[in-house]
Amino acid sequence: MNKNALPILRTRALLLCAMTVMCAGTRAQTVPVPAPTPAEDVFSAEQIGHALAQPTPEAGKTAPSPANAPPDDGQWTMPTKNFAATRFSSLTELTTDNVKALQPVFTFSLAVNKGQEAAPIVAGNTMYIVTAYPNYVYALDLTREGAPLKWRFAPKPVPASQGVACCDVVNRGGTYDSGKYIFDTLDGQVIALDADTGKPLWRTLLGNINAGETLTMAPLVAKGHVYVGDSGGEMGVHGWLAALDESSGKLLWKAYTTGPDSQVLIGSQFRPAYAGEQGKDLGVATWPAQSWKIGGGTVWGWVNYDADFDSVVYGTANPGPWNAEQRPGDNKWTAGIFSRDPANGQARWFVPLNPHDEHDYDGVNEQILLDMPFGGQMRKVLIHPDRNGYIYVIERSTGRVLSADPFGPVNSTRGIDLKTGRPIVNPAKQTRVGQEVHDICPTASGSKDWEPSSFSPQTGLIYIPHENMCMDWMSMPVGYIEGTPYVGARVHMKPGPGGNRGALTAWDPVQRRPAWQVKETFPVWSGTVVTAGDLVFYGTMDGWFKAVNARNGDLLWKYKVDSGIIGQPVSYRGPDQHQYIAVLSGVGGWSGAVVSGPVDTRDGSAALGMINAMPDLPKYTTAGGTLYVFALPH
Amino acid sequence: MCSRFPIELLALALIGLAGCNSHARTLPTSGQPAQEGVIDTALTPGVGHSLTTVDPRAAAYYDNLEAVMTGKRLFGQYNCSGCHSNGGGGMGPPLMDDEWIYGGRLEQIHQTLVEGRPNGMPAWGGKIPDEQLWQISAYVRSMSLPATLAAQNGTTASQSPAAVPRDADGDNGWSAPPGTTNDYTTTLQGAQ
Repeated sequence: MNKNALPILRTRALLLCAMTVMCAGTRAQTVPVPAPTPAEDVFSAEQIGHALAQPTPEAGKTAPSPANAPPDDGQWTMPTKNFAATRFSSLTELTTDNVKALQPVFTFSLAVNKGQEAAPIVAGNTMYIVTAYPNYVYALDLTREGAPLKWRFAPKPVPASQGVACCDVVNRGGTYDSGKYIFDTLDGQVIALDADTGKPLWRTLLGNINAGETLTMAPLVAKGHVYVGDSGGEMGVHGWLAALDESSGKLLWKAYTTGPDSQVLIGSQFRPAYAGEQGKDLGVATWPAQSWKIGGGTVWGWVNYDADFDSVVYGTANPGPWNAEQRPGDNKWTAGIFSRDPANGQARWFVPLNPHDEHDYDGVNEQILLDMPFGGQMRKVLIHPDRNGYIYVIERSTGRVLSADPFGPVNSTRGIDLKTGRPIVNPAKQTRVGQEVHDICPTASGSKDWEPSSFSPQTGLIYIPHENMCMDWMSMPVGYIEGTPYVGARVHMKPGPGGNRGALTAWDPVQRRPAWQVKETFPVWSGTVVTAGDLVFYGTMDGWFKAVNARNGDLLWKYKVDSGIIGQPVSYRGPDQHQYIAVLSGVGGWSGAVVSGPVDTRDGSAALGMINAMPDLPKYTTAGGTLYVFALPH
Repeated sequence: MCSRFPIELLALALIGLAGCNSHARTLPTSGQPAQEGVIDTALTPGVGHSLTTVDPRAAAYYDNLEAVMTGKRLFGQYNCSGCHSNGGGGMGPPLMDDEWIYGGRLEQIHQTLVEGRPNGMPAWGGKIPDEQLWQISAYVRSMSLPATLAAQNGTTASQSPAAVPRDADGDNGWSAPPGTTNDYTTTLQGAQ
């Protein structure tokens, strides 16, 4: 276009603007990425990291127990790989030397261009995938060239469920057990399909979208039970975890996160490690009258079955609304970790991660179950990198926090008090009605969100995919209207110190420090998988699938896929006995809403404040949804 | 050709308005439901620019900054902002951009609020007083006005919304996007 033509065109455009209903400027305007929070605004690890004992690596080697991580059979039947959730593949065909020759062997379009967070599941000679809404399920025949479709299933969730899904219409994957593929749908169903035919064996409706409940998490199957929890913490729902009978889909028990002990399933078996968690009906008493009924505490993240203690362990999400001044009190039992008896759901202990949460720090992130040297002896521990920025080492027998150290920039708290298990609140970063508090670290989506870490018994390191972001926050009064968001906060996110919005950190849980770190431009919203060839695989939101050396983080291989990656990579042995790596592309989720949206980047408060930090992502990637499978030439 | 095209549209719009005014006596002026007759959506490309059934109740909310400002307050109080943020969207689509799924005229926005939409927009007819639904509609209509966008200061949109000028919704039909050459509507109409 030549310059002289501009005034004429502009006149015409203005005239048309005045005349048409659709001319309101364009979305193409460049909105800058905000300046990062200064490094001096956050505490150092030395200032706020705490442990009950000094490191004693000589006391033994860190590894999952055989009960929680049986010998690798080459399948990948559950998203976490095993009950310990190590996401470690013992396959050794791929090595640090030969990975540079890794190449795609087949791809498959998911026909859904929304955030794809699921892990491809491999059982026998079949791969199973569930997509984001409308939650299509595909079964691919791995024995045949190109892995053709064996069957497909469309559950047809109610379209209106999209309107009560807080952060894109994602699904974190199905799971395989005993000839069944089990997954949930956005509109609240749990479905078991015959893995051979794709025919439904049972369907159980657990969620009520009219109340804002959706299902997005990956169900856990253990010893004949299916564990599913709800999503909708931004909609004023009453959060729960349900146990279903695996053969019939019948509800066995349902444990609410808030309310009287009879609903939370707290009774004589409850022996929390901390005095602050003891008392009658604290799920009511720690809330303003009736507020517990709409207090959130959903269970949309990872659920573990711990075979060492025959217990179910999971985190609960944030309390609602985000405006914390409307809910004085601890807001139990939100934003913490429960251990329960799988037989009856009765609670055994509870760790208060973020009591009276003021920053949307859900407690639902992954937990890795390990046996680890601590205080001069081997302990059975649970390792949980929380949204609040600390990686917790928790003793599984008691629910006591052994250590908690920051793995990303933190200033919202001044450490975890190991006498109470609670964070030490930093008053300067508490949120307030009508006042914008600046540069709170970490941001609402946390130092890390749901995206799961992996653990290698060979290196003893945990590979944490995470974010590096901070935020400005202003609370506002909000009323509860059923089926609408119940938030009451205006948030603007921004890059954390250094400006890189994401990182992959290899964490040494014994020494309580990072071994190495790879910085990424965007939040690392994909999971990681680590292999016995000392390779860590992960994807980036701008569409690179990468392999790095598990011992030093050196980049060894990368491949550009069609859309950003926020899924969970897996490693399996194919019918031809070769090692394969699989991952879904398809950017989206909370952090990718700016691409999978639509969202207008001129409003930084959009998508709960995430847009402010991500206005440039559309320059790097578009929406998509494809399965990629890689192998060495053979 | 370029300058003549909008004038023709304006003339058509005025005719449309006149037609509606004469038609107004037969329509209800308040209350629910309001689905009598069919509101042309103006979503369909065509050369006819058929007369639009303008809901006479909309008239009071044009050139009415007070209605827009009240709507802004209600937009927060009824949790509209929970899904649509301050116009940028999130759980729901953005409202400050140039894409309207179900029509962007004031009365069409009102109709969407009253009826709800299938992908998650709740129906508010009979639940929120109709006067307030119009005020919210006026604020939503204002979000994408050039004057509102120009007044944005900082990273939160739609905080200084402008009144909705009557001619903002003056076009009752489809128009080619700005800069379009060989505009087929004018060609078919025999324009120069």
